[in-house]
Amino acid sequence: MKLRRLAGYGPAFVLAITLLALWELYVRATQVSPLILPAPTAIIQALVNNWGVIYDNTVQTLLETVLGMGAAILLGLLLAILLDTSSWMRRAIYPWLVVSQTIPIITLALLLLLWLGYTIIPKIIVVTLYCFFPIAIACADGLASAEPDLLNLLRSMRASRWQTLWLVRLPGAMPAFFSGLRIAATYSVTGAIFGEYVGGSKGLGIYMENATNSFAIVLVFAAILVTAVLSIMLFGLVSIIERLALPWYHGAAARK
Amino acid sequence: MDAPKLLVQGVTKTFQTGRQRLDVLASIDLAVAEGEFVSLIGPSGCGKSTLFNIIAGVQQLTSGTIAIDGDAGTERAGKSGYMPQQPLLLPWRTVEKNVILGLDVRRVPRKKASYAAYELLKRFGLAEFARHYPATLSGGMRQRVALLRTVLFNRSFLLLDEPFGALDALTRLSCQMWLLDLWHEFHSSVLFITHDVREAILLSDRVYVLSARPARVLRVVDIDLPRPRQPEHLALPQAVQLEQELMSLLLKEQSI
Repeated sequence: MKLRRLAGYGPAFVLAITLLALWELYVRATQVSPLILPAPTAIIQALVNNWGVIYDNTVQTLLETVLGMGAAILLGLLLAILLDTSSWMRRAIYPWLVVSQTIPIITLALLLLLWLGYTIIPKIIVVTLYCFFPIAIACADGLASAEPDLLNLLRSMRASRWQTLWLVRLPGAMPAFFSGLRIAATYSVTGAIFGEYVGGSKGLGIYMENATNSFAIVLVFAAILVTAVLSIMLFGLVSIIERLALPWYHGAAARK
Repeated sequence: MDAPKLLVQGVTKTFQTGRQRLDVLASIDLAVAEGEFVSLIGPSGCGKSTLFNIIAGVQQLTSGTIAIDGDAGTERAGKSGYMPQQPLLLPWRTVEKNVILGLDVRRVPRKKASYAAYELLKRFGLAEFARHYPATLSGGMRQRVALLRTVLFNRSFLLLDEPFGALDALTRLSCQMWLLDLWHEFHSSVLFITHDVREAILLSDRVYVLSARPARVLRVVDIDLPRPRQPEHLALPQAVQLEQELMSLLLKEQSI
């Protein structure tokens, strides 16, 4: 079963290897300057040689990402429940949630830096603002999709509003919540890097900026590679947690 | 003499949307005595389910009174075990956890609730499915689980809305006999909706025949068949004659 799931990634793997091979061939054949486009092998080489420094910066970015995601989950759930309390609330809040996502995140990161200084806090806030939206929207939709007959059943049992939320609506919204969470996890690392890019002392964003300024393009690529791997790992982690938390939703596990 | 389990007097229901008036119930009178099995039959769309929702406290009545155990208070929710047409099992709860939903609403301690659920599942032949998720059960099994959930919430007064309507003939018959066993065990008072005349005759002590919308009681029939009921009883001359009578009565009411 596990092997088969791994085998499912086979085509993506083959495609990646093919593209990397073409890239390598192109760089070697055209002798393009490594300052413009370094070869994949050179990027790996640079990553290995600079692993100590890159690792330190990665830990910092990961910390910001995880803290920001935690805050985003809380904020997202809270907003979803708030949206769900009445149709008036929904109409009052929903448009502003959408508006909040139209603010360019880079300017917001800059403002937060001005207000809160060169600490980890503005980075965490940027990740939170970047990630709460898909969680809140998905979860609110999940809450709203509860079956009316089921709500009637709970009413016939004289369940309170909170009991209905806790026993029926929130658990029913969990698959939607996890869909939102997976999208948020994909964004989150990028959010942290935005936050660092505008100012800070440590992190992959800073590392990339420094590398760009000193024309060490190969190191920029190395940092991009780490960012991608980090995002995929977070995405995978959320998927694993979902499988463990919702065995009933993943039929195969339920029939075990 | 004790008050009847349920006494419905002159209950009407009118839906009003803007200038549109829709009379659904035109003055219904009916009673269910302690331990009695009473069925309501009527053409589809006649308002049976609306009457049910009103008795269960899920909808409000327009006029009339409803007394449960002699109490004519307006808060009827929680005073009956209500089972809508769909089993409405929670997919994230196992069979055992589904059965205790009503006890969770009543804040019965988990341990006590689980024990009660297990005893009930054992008595009615579902113990081996206790840890299964509903998705893995057949239609008949789901209805049985939903019925046990209803019984565990309130065994003294059951409101069952076409619980076996969607089942195939053989499964339905086995579920009907199973229900009679359960009714016998708990001495419940039952109000049972169906549009299946044979089902009503097989199960009930008394049958109310409702007219097309706006619904009123066309006829009340006492079913004079021996207890405990067996499927063969439907072949007795008085049962056959009754079936013909009720069928032709209903046919006249059924619109095209």
